[in-house]
Amino acid sequence: MDKLLEIKDLHVSAQNKEILKGLNLSINRGEVHVIMGPNGAGKSTLANVILNNPQYTKISGKIRFEGENINELKTNEIAKKGIFMSFQSPEEIPGISTLNFLKYAKNKVSDEPVKSFKFRYLLKKYIDELNMNPKLIERNLNVGFSGGEKKKNEILQMLVLEPKLAILDETDSGLDVDAIRTVSKGINMYKNDTNAVLIITHNNKILENLDVDYVHILVDGKIVKTGKRELADEIEKNGYEKYKKVEEE
Amino acid sequence: MASKTKVEDINRNIYDIKDKDNYEFKIQKGLSREIVEEISKKKNEPEWMLDIRLKALEAYNKLELPTWGPDLSELKMDEIATYVKPKTNLNTSWDDVPEDIKNTFDRLGIPEAEKKSLAGVGAQYDSEVVYHSIKEDLIKQGVIYTDMETAVREYPEIVKEHFMKCVPITDHKFVALHAAVWSGGSFVYVPENVKLDIPLQSYFRLNSPESGQFEHTLIIVEKGASLHFIEGCSAPKYNKVNLHAGCVELYVKDDAYLRYSTIENWSKNMMNLNTKKAIVGKNAQIDWVTGSFGSKVSMLYPMSILNGEGAKTEYTGITFAGAGQNLDTGFKVIHNAPNTSSVVNSKSISKDGGACTYRALVRISEKAKGSKCSVSCESLMLDDISRSDTIPVNDIETDEVEFSHEAKIGKISDKEIFYLMSRGLSEEDAKAMIVRGFAYPVSKELPVEYAVEMNNLINIELEGSIG
Repeated sequence: MDKLLEIKDLHVSAQNKEILKGLNLSINRGEVHVIMGPNGAGKSTLANVILNNPQYTKISGKIRFEGENINELKTNEIAKKGIFMSFQSPEEIPGISTLNFLKYAKNKVSDEPVKSFKFRYLLKKYIDELNMNPKLIERNLNVGFSGGEKKKNEILQMLVLEPKLAILDETDSGLDVDAIRTVSKGINMYKNDTNAVLIITHNNKILENLDVDYVHILVDGKIVKTGKRELADEIEKNGYEKYKKVEEE
Repeated sequence: MASKTKVEDINRNIYDIKDKDNYEFKIQKGLSREIVEEISKKKNEPEWMLDIRLKALEAYNKLELPTWGPDLSELKMDEIATYVKPKTNLNTSWDDVPEDIKNTFDRLGIPEAEKKSLAGVGAQYDSEVVYHSIKEDLIKQGVIYTDMETAVREYPEIVKEHFMKCVPITDHKFVALHAAVWSGGSFVYVPENVKLDIPLQSYFRLNSPESGQFEHTLIIVEKGASLHFIEGCSAPKYNKVNLHAGCVELYVKDDAYLRYSTIENWSKNMMNLNTKKAIVGKNAQIDWVTGSFGSKVSMLYPMSILNGEGAKTEYTGITFAGAGQNLDTGFKVIHNAPNTSSVVNSKSISKDGGACTYRALVRISEKAKGSKCSVSCESLMLDDISRSDTIPVNDIETDEVEFSHEAKIGKISDKEIFYLMSRGLSEEDAKAMIVRGFAYPVSKELPVEYAVEMNNLINIELEGSIG
């Protein structure tokens, strides 16, 4: 109904190698989508290409967001439209504190100036909920953060920036059980009827406490199967072999 | 991606403010015995100072231009009027400073900086110090902070003992020139065991076409004393080549501490050939913090001479070269006593075809057993047409040392740009943030208002070059 993201017949290459080979995906407001797939299937490519990472080349196909073609927009313009990506390996940026960066980025994606009091109040709340060390935000952005702290910091940024669509690129990888639970908690705090989440993952631990609407299996640059929650459980049991064979036939 | 916009002259409005050429007299161009005598006479100098000047003039005439480093053929010494005296005498109060001069300083933020509880301001306008103040309590502690001319008149014994002793007049051609025609500059004397906890600052600026600036800084920190001295430099722009050949002599006596911070922002036609040296006593320490911006050519190699056992030095510096700039900088350290140590952290940024060279010397003498030296230099190149070179010379005469040298040359990572852009920053903002981050180890060593100024300079330098 209320379509947020629509991808049609998307072909994408990187370093002259075609990675996405006619991908279709449609996400409505209020939905949680999950993309699973074997290594090298193109999962991260999909996340990167939605945000128009210049490392990837769109050969053909369309990406629409709220009905608008965003193929040619720059990454920061896409961010301003309301798409957020949580990175697999967040970059370390010295010279700016995490707190100042959050304020700076919030102002960049907002139409109106950010109200300081409300900002601080919400920030404190999010930091508590994510079990983060409050002193962490005084440190330079991601500099010297542990792997888990970096991932939590991505979720914190998602909560602060309040995007319409949040794409989580293997946010759960490398995290212990407790940290994965915290990430799920963050997603639940963020999620409402007007926004949507696209979770790229290898395992369904992160899905345990989430209300998942669709699970897509991405194999060799295409979505080969879409199902409900049970599909993730099936993958956990039987792996991707069955779907790989379908491709080869 | 959009093609890059090349902007030759970035907007330097706040830094390039020309006032009317307003001076009492301007002596004839070129350099002769008569000129040197005239300078000395005009300053009512004692005989001994004139003697130093004349010896230096002799050395200047004998010495050749350096045969290495950047091309200096553009310099025509006989076209450079060496001495321009502004229409004002030394002022003790800001109110007495003439309006046009005040405007220039106002735009550079001098009185504001002073209000922010800095201990004193000595601002140089052309060749004379026009404004000077020092807080009462410093005077009570016996601290002397004045211009060099006054120091020559009022503290001849101290000046005689130290002037051109740390840097010999025969060191190189531009030192000889400096000693012959020096004018203006700061003199600081901190008596034994006096520790200043707020920094002293001084601001230099060139304003007259074809005038060189040859200011002399002499700082003596006596035994067990401690000082942070800040020099900020910025110059307006002219078409003809300008020469800056200042000299800084720092004496850090036994158990003393000196931190010497500079931000230099010369106009893009300046030939900046500055000489800075420090002699460091037993268990004493000198820390240099340097940001070099602007100038057409810079040759600047601060040196620490660690003469006392256990002496220490740290150098933290950054150089930024844009289109048409050739900045040849580096740090020299001489370990002359046992258990001395040096830490060097040098950074350079080049863009739009600018060239940065890190030229360094580490000498550890046979006497300096148990000494340590660690050198790290990192270069960031913002495009494929810029240059960065590292030319280290290491001369180590004893085995009992710890020595390490690390050099890295890099480019701004596309991943970092993408990460920041995904948070809403434009490409330009993202690059500026990454460059500021690269410079952060230097800016964090500066007092906050200088760190802000340095970040602003980086932003101005980056403006228009990224599209």
